[in-house]
Parts: sequence; C-alpha cells; structure tokens
Amino acid sequence: MTKIIELKNVNKWFDKFQALKDVSLEVNQQEKIVICGPSGSGKSTLIRCINRLEEHQDGQIIVDGNEISENTKDIEKIRAEVGMVFQQFNLFPHLSILDNCTLAPIWVKKMPKKQAEEIAMQNLERVQIADQAKKFPGQLSGGQQQRSAIARALCMEPKIMLFDEPTSALDPEMIKEVLDSMVDLAKGGMTMIVVTHEMGFAKEVADNMIFMDEGKIVEKAKTKEFFDNPKSDRTKLFLSQIL
Amino acid sequence: MMKIAYFKPNKDNLKSTLPVGIFLISMGLIDIILNSLFNFNLTSFLPEKISFIAPLIFGALGLYLIRIEFSGNKLLDKINKNFNSSSFNAILTLLVIFALIKYVPPLLNWFIFDADFIGNKKEDCTSGGACWVFVKVWFNRFVYGMYPDAEQWRINSAFIMLFLLVGASFFVPSKYKKYLLIFLVFVYPFIGLKLISGGDFGLKYVETGAWGGLSLTFIVSAFALILCFPIGMLLALGRRSNLPAIRYSSIGFIELWRGVPLITVLFMSAVMFPMFLPDGTYVDKLIRVLIAITLFEAAYMAEVIRGGLQALPKGQYEAAKSLGMGYWRMHFLIVLPQALKLVIPGIANTFLALVKDTPLIFVVGLLELAGMVNLAKTNPKWLGMAMEGYVFAGLVFWVICYAMSRYSQNLEKKLSTERQ
Repeated sequence: MTKIIELKNVNKWFDKFQALKDVSLEVNQQEKIVICGPSGSGKSTLIRCINRLEEHQDGQIIVDGNEISENTKDIEKIRAEVGMVFQQFNLFPHLSILDNCTLAPIWVKKMPKKQAEEIAMQNLERVQIADQAKKFPGQLSGGQQQRSAIARALCMEPKIMLFDEPTSALDPEMIKEVLDSMVDLAKGGMTMIVVTHEMGFAKEVADNMIFMDEGKIVEKAKTKEFFDNPKSDRTKLFLSQIL
Repeated sequence: MMKIAYFKPNKDNLKSTLPVGIFLISMGLIDIILNSLFNFNLTSFLPEKISFIAPLIFGALGLYLIRIEFSGNKLLDKINKNFNSSSFNAILTLLVIFALIKYVPPLLNWFIFDADFIGNKKEDCTSGGACWVFVKVWFNRFVYGMYPDAEQWRINSAFIMLFLLVGASFFVPSKYKKYLLIFLVFVYPFIGLKLISGGDFGLKYVETGAWGGLSLTFIVSAFALILCFPIGMLLALGRRSNLPAIRYSSIGFIELWRGVPLITVLFMSAVMFPMFLPDGTYVDKLIRVLIAITLFEAAYMAEVIRGGLQALPKGQYEAAKSLGMGYWRMHFLIVLPQALKLVIPGIANTFLALVKDTPLIFVVGLLELAGMVNLAKTNPKWLGMAMEGYVFAGLVFWVICYAMSRYSQNLEKKLSTERQ
C-alpha cells in the first residue's frame, strides 16, 4: 500500500481559536476514511486543509508526494488532482449541468471539448443523471444537484475525493440517492475522505473511522472495532447519542 | 349607547345604489370637463369654495355608493379592487382623473393641434403653439453640429456601418460571433473615427471642434461606454485584491474620481492637462474629454461591479478553486459572469447617467445635442425658441435612454437561469 496523503503535526488557528491541534494522519491509496465528530470539532477544517481551501500555520501536509506550503506554486495542480464535494453543492448556476462538468477539464486540463463532453456524459451516467445534462442547476432537486456536483468533481479524474458533509443539506428522501452514488464510487476503488454523520454509510464502505473533538483526533480505528468496541469515553458518548 | 347605522351599499340594494352612484360620478366628471374645456361652471349657484370642490364631493359619494363587495359583476369588482378599495383610494383616483382632464388637452394643443410645422423662419409661427419650424430648420445642425454639409455622408456611413455590424452580430452563427465582437470593440472605433475626422485617403480633414450635435452625443457615449466597462471591471477586482499595492492604488483611484464633479474633471482636462505635457505635444480636445469621461465613469462602474462580486456566495469561489482554477480563470469563467448578471440594473443605471452627462462637454467648447440647442436659441433670428429646443432635446435623450433601459431588461430576462 502506498501513502497518498500524509499530515504531520498540523496546527491551524482562526485568530486565537485553535481549530486543529497536532493532527497527524496517513491515508493510503484506495483507502476510505470517514471522519465524524460534533460540530466545531475541526472535521471540515481538516479536509479543507488538504486542498488548501484553508491554510494551516504549522506542520506538514503532503499530497501525492507534493508538500502543501505557503510557497507552493503547484497548488492548482494539487487541487486538480483532489476532487471536492461541498455541503451546499456549489454548482455554477449560470452554466448547464454539462457545462459545469466540462468547464474545468477544458480550461484547466486543456482537454478538447469533444473529449471533455464524452467524459462528462460517462460520469453523469455513473451518478444516473445523464438525462438532466442540458438543464441548469436551479431546475434540479437537491439530490440531483449533489450528484451533479460529484460528477463534476469526477470529470477532473481526481486521485482523491473529499466529501464535506455531502448529505447534510438534503431532504431525507434524497440522502439515499447521493449515498448510493458514493458507495458506487467507493467500490470503484477511489481514495475517499468523507466527513459525514451517516453511520450506515460509514459501516458499509469505510476502512477506517476517525473521531474528532476539539480539534484533535480522539480515536482512529478499523470500522468494525470503532463501532463494536470504542476505546475512549468521548467516542462512546458520541456514538450513543448518534446511533 | 346608541349605535349609528351607516347606510352601507351591498349586493341587496345594488339595483338602487349603482345607478345613483354612476349618476353622481358622471356629474363630477361633466362638471370638471365643462369647467376646464369650455370655461363653464355648472355649480356657479353654490358658494365659490364649495363650487370648487363640488366635483370631488360628487365623485367621492358616487364611488362610495358603487363600492360593493362581491357584487357578482366582474367589471365592477375589478374597478373596485383596483381604483376604489377605500375612501382614500377613491379620492386619489378622482384627483388623478381630474388632473388628466385638466392638463392633458392643453399640453396636446401646444404640442400638436396649435403647433406650426410649415415654413422656414420664425415669422411663420403664428398660431401660438409650439414652433416646430425651429427644430426643422436647425435639424441638420442638431444632428451634425458644425460638420461641413458636403462631408456629412461620412458620419452617416460610419453610423450605418456600426448598425450593420451590431445587427449582423445577432444573426451570424455563434462560432464567428466573438470575432465580430472583437472587431467591433477593437478595430471599428478607429475606422469610424478616421472616417469622420479624415485627413487621409483623400478625405478632407475636419477638426473635432466642428463635430457636434446628436452624432457627437453618440460618439462620446459609445466610446466612454465601451472603454469604461473593462477599466471598471479591473478596478473592482483590484479593490478586492490580496496584494496591498494593487488594492490601495485601486481604492485611491476610485475615491479620487468619484469625489470630483464631472464638470471639474472636464475643465481640468481642457485647461490644466496641457500644462503637464512637454512643449509641442498636442492631444486633441475631444480625446482628452473622452479619456476624462471614461475614467470618471470607470470609477462608478467599478463600485457597481464590486457590489456584484460581494453578493456572490463564497462557495462559488471555493468550488472554482477546488477544480484547480487559478485567479484569472476563476474570475472570468465563474465569478464575473455571475456577478455582472447580478448588477445589470446598476450597470444600465451608470450607462444612462453617462449618456445624460455628455452635455457637460460644453465646458470645453464641444457642443453635442443640448449644446447645439443652446447655441441655436441664442441666434438673433430665433430668439424665444428655448422651449421647443429643449423639449426636442429632452425627447431625443428620453428615446435613447428608454431604448437602453428596455435592452437591459431584455438582457436580464435572457440571462436568467432560475426556475421560472
């Protein structure tokens, strides 16, 4: 197994508030990690540091052999390899679903338009939304929008996918269709880091579970062990509330 | 306590209240019409003050009597809902109707029925209405300024070429549209200016001092519109930049130009600017004015566009970044298309203000439409024609601005991708 992401003693402050405290983490290729924890525990901040939507002030983050630091000029290159799915979808409302998917491949990867559209249609097919390709985001339901957002990220053919609470803004009925797409993606062998409270999904796909609280990784364990036999009291309390 | 029972019209007594109400309203209207058109006072037997408000009393009583909810008559219901929902609304409705009856006919008389159209000198205007002969005689000057008559075909052809190009851009396939647009913005202005100013290709040179009238309004507006937009866009981005040098110079530029009246800027461009130039260099007056207006409007444009940039959710920036886009790609592909769409009403506002600011170029001696009117009305043969001239100029400006306003509304609709 080869390491693809490595965090060493990462610290991050928002002014005086310390959001991440000495976080260390290794992610192997094709590994699926689910991060859970109460709100404000630094889960989102952690994965947003991995593609530098947030800047960390101390420690090392190495993605696919490149260290992310202040003077990394290749930050755009790293971002092109790391797909991200947001809680609020963040589709581009002025573009059709197809254009949402082809925009970055055409302009960032310099792919010919025809090829980009083929790849986009394949990915839209994969999340079962190909028939909506010509519509605008505002015309789709929340679940359809989030699946389009997954397809958009996949069109860059990323090595890693980050999910920041992808189902938190959805109606209960639509959560399943999004989770189904994510399970399918996991089975295809994608490296995934998922921040979510969907424990059913976690049990199904995660190799490792991480529990965070107050900016620290409290517990990291194999999924089965994490649920059956959590070590720390804080994790036990959290699980008893959420399950 | 005794309860006072008001008489209230309702569906049951509709048959009696409706005719009485309509009769009273008609009385009010007839009184006003006779009074304002035929100078005849129907209620002269009443004391003067009561006679003055008599139509209002008649009308209000009448409207009260026909205010019947759910009368079953669709027309009546519609009238009640829109014009007669309460006593206050009823009185407002009456006042508006009375004002229209009193003031529209005399206005129409001045404009059309009593106006003079035939003739070619002031003495031909005898009927007391507007003297449109003035506009007819001076029309050529109002449109072309002091541009020599024999050369006016050059202005005409420059504008016809512009209209053809703009028209063509609606019909050519979208593949070639961008080339046409680039030609229109970067090449055409120089061809047009060369055609009008002349000096080469066997065309007689016409100095810019002779340009004027409506064509100058168009030239100044079009140049300033096209140029102030990209400059404003860059300033708006600059003001939000992370680099302090760029940010502070943008803020400085914007606040400097926004803080100075346009008339001062124009005056300085004409009087002070040449002092800073080395001896012997000469920049044409019109060009200096164009630059001044462009920079002035760019500062306003920058703030309008910045409003749009700020209204855009942070998630859009993050999504663009997460796909590997850099600063320029993010802004040109994602941020600006959405931000500009948001501020179309503000951009249209700035453009309209710009067009209506052009008359101020008179301070440097350039006379566009309003300036030419001003000149014509001081001609000894045409004294006393200020009203006709300014009404004409006002109408022309209104048509231009209304067309732009409609276009911006269409654009808003066309670009909307929201669920209808």
